[in-house]
Amino acid sequence: MKNAITPIPTDEPILRVHDLCKYYPIYSKGLVKRKSGEVRACHKVTFDLRPGETLGLVGESGSGKTTTGRAILRAITPTSGSVLFHHNGKTVDLARMPAGELKPLRQKMQMIFQDPFGSLNPRMTVQQIVAEPLRIHRLAKGSELDDRVVQMLERVGVRPEYRTRYPHAFSGGQRQRIGIARALVMQPSLIVCDEAVSALDVSVQAQVVNLLAELQQEFGLTYLFIAHDLSVVKHICDRVAVMYAGRIVELADTEQLFGDPKHPYTKALLSAVPQPDPDVPMNFELGGEVADLTRLPPGCAFAPRCGECMDVCREKTPQLLTHEGRHVACHLYEG
Amino acid sequence: MSKTAQSNHTTQAAPVKTDSDTVLEVDGLRTYFRTHEGEVRAVDGVSFKMKRGSILAIVGESGCGKSVTAYSILRLIQPPGKIVGGRVTLRPVGEEPIEITALGEKDERLYHVRGGLAAMIFQEPMSALSPVHTVGNQIMEAIFIHQKVTKQQAQQLAEEMLSKVGIPNAAVRLKQYPHELSGGMRQRVVIAMALVCRPQLLIADEPTTALDVTIQAQIMQLMKGLQSELGTGVMLITHDLGVVAQLAEEVAVMYLGRIVEKGSMRTIIKKPRHPYTMALLQSLPSLHARNQKLPSIKGSVPALTRIPSGCPFHPRCEHAQAGRCDVGGPPPLEQLDPDGVGHEVACLRVHEIGPTLKAQAPS
Repeated sequence: MKNAITPIPTDEPILRVHDLCKYYPIYSKGLVKRKSGEVRACHKVTFDLRPGETLGLVGESGSGKTTTGRAILRAITPTSGSVLFHHNGKTVDLARMPAGELKPLRQKMQMIFQDPFGSLNPRMTVQQIVAEPLRIHRLAKGSELDDRVVQMLERVGVRPEYRTRYPHAFSGGQRQRIGIARALVMQPSLIVCDEAVSALDVSVQAQVVNLLAELQQEFGLTYLFIAHDLSVVKHICDRVAVMYAGRIVELADTEQLFGDPKHPYTKALLSAVPQPDPDVPMNFELGGEVADLTRLPPGCAFAPRCGECMDVCREKTPQLLTHEGRHVACHLYEG
Repeated sequence: MSKTAQSNHTTQAAPVKTDSDTVLEVDGLRTYFRTHEGEVRAVDGVSFKMKRGSILAIVGESGCGKSVTAYSILRLIQPPGKIVGGRVTLRPVGEEPIEITALGEKDERLYHVRGGLAAMIFQEPMSALSPVHTVGNQIMEAIFIHQKVTKQQAQQLAEEMLSKVGIPNAAVRLKQYPHELSGGMRQRVVIAMALVCRPQLLIADEPTTALDVTIQAQIMQLMKGLQSELGTGVMLITHDLGVVAQLAEEVAVMYLGRIVEKGSMRTIIKKPRHPYTMALLQSLPSLHARNQKLPSIKGSVPALTRIPSGCPFHPRCEHAQAGRCDVGGPPPLEQLDPDGVGHEVACLRVHEIGPTLKAQAPS
């Protein structure tokens, strides 16, 4: 593409998320609704995202991965915390920015969704779907608009002559490519991939994973890759953050995290993945259920399921601390 | 391919009718759907045998006909779908063999089969449970249909079964409604419901796909434990080759309504011979170094209304030969080693291409 984005040359993080929180109120039943508590969907999430890297965000359902992704993009307004986004030499705080000023920044941050069926408007043609963001931001019109749409579709592997068709005429993999084209046509620098390959069949999933990796190289994209499939995360992420009950419990380089997990939850999560090899038997020992965010225990949220639980774990919430160059929130590694 | 005696699994060379080792026999099953776009051959000539008390995995991508095969076995196919050919025979211990496909819609034996001799669990536990009945009532309903017991006895049975599937406080849980339980608990309830009448065959249609990975691991352990404890034969339908490698004893790989390869789990995972199976395994990210380009299968699964001529896989196959793989009908399953490992492959070029799956140990 002509004006492809070059990666920001410095090592300055493109995104700095600090103590990001998103709480949802719980109201009491009855005529007068009073706030009786809150669900801490995302609590004090802190991480940096360097330009051109892929950070994986993994965890079970309800762990706050999607909330984090959406709060960063201001698809939902965070309760507190800051999201410093580095763009054109300036740094802005997305979390505190007035909604009206966000629009020009939205060009630079896009999202790819999980469900290739639900995320495309069935009443719009592929041309309209991919052109819509360009029209909204008045970036192109007329033949230039068409050219950009055609170029983008070609790049993601959708035949441009099909662009007058509607989404229902495409397979799941093709639809996901259309969703990718819609995100990339804005030439963003940051893309949040929310379970972008989870709904696809294995053979098609490999195609889309390859495509995402190629596009990252080509356009210097930075990905926040939200997923529950650890084998895909291991394959494409540079670093991985593990979330449990709304908090990051471990953050490390992919090789470190998979090779030598520290947090007991990370260990359990990794051992739960069934390997496609009968000689690598599953060695999984974790009872209990995913934590209920409305009834979190005092102290560490993972304590009730943890095999290495100590007295302090039931009283004090562990902080995400640096331990041997990586970040772990567990009393085992404190002090 | 030289084969070492690596498996204790035996296959009868000729279909022996008095086969006491087989719990389920599917022979040439064909289920078609009549649609506006033409006849959809969802299942087109599927044959397999299931050994008593074993776990058979049916693997394939969406649209390959694995679920329709399962539904056909229990005669759960609704119009416009129809079983147009083939036979499904259930051989329960201590009872006459039942040819399920020959039974009338209202035949009492069909009700005896469904839920009694053979049970099914589904992917989405919430839609398999009634939201307006308690868990206990739903389990007891299954008991009352198939067994002559008093209410107290049924309650007792239901409670025992709930504890067996790992639900603490079973007596309390019996009085709860499905919305009060978590996803993993609901799937346990569904499993309890399916197993409470001690079926000899359990069909599990993607039982762990909707669950979190830690809960999936719990359910997998539970199923494996119950299967060996109760001696139930499990037909496991899945697309996850990791689940297959950890649970199954035998595997059948389906593509576009046909079985393209079947054999023991070890053979299929370690020494697959059909290009589709090989490509599926190759495309798994866990087998490759980080950031390496994943080998993928070109294109996507074609619509069932437009099944390619010749070998249905040829447009996506890297070994396809023009004028050979793309003409005529689909290739039949061929026994690769007559000496008894029971590895069957439906590929014309199987002897030419040889095994190309690199032996890679996942790290």
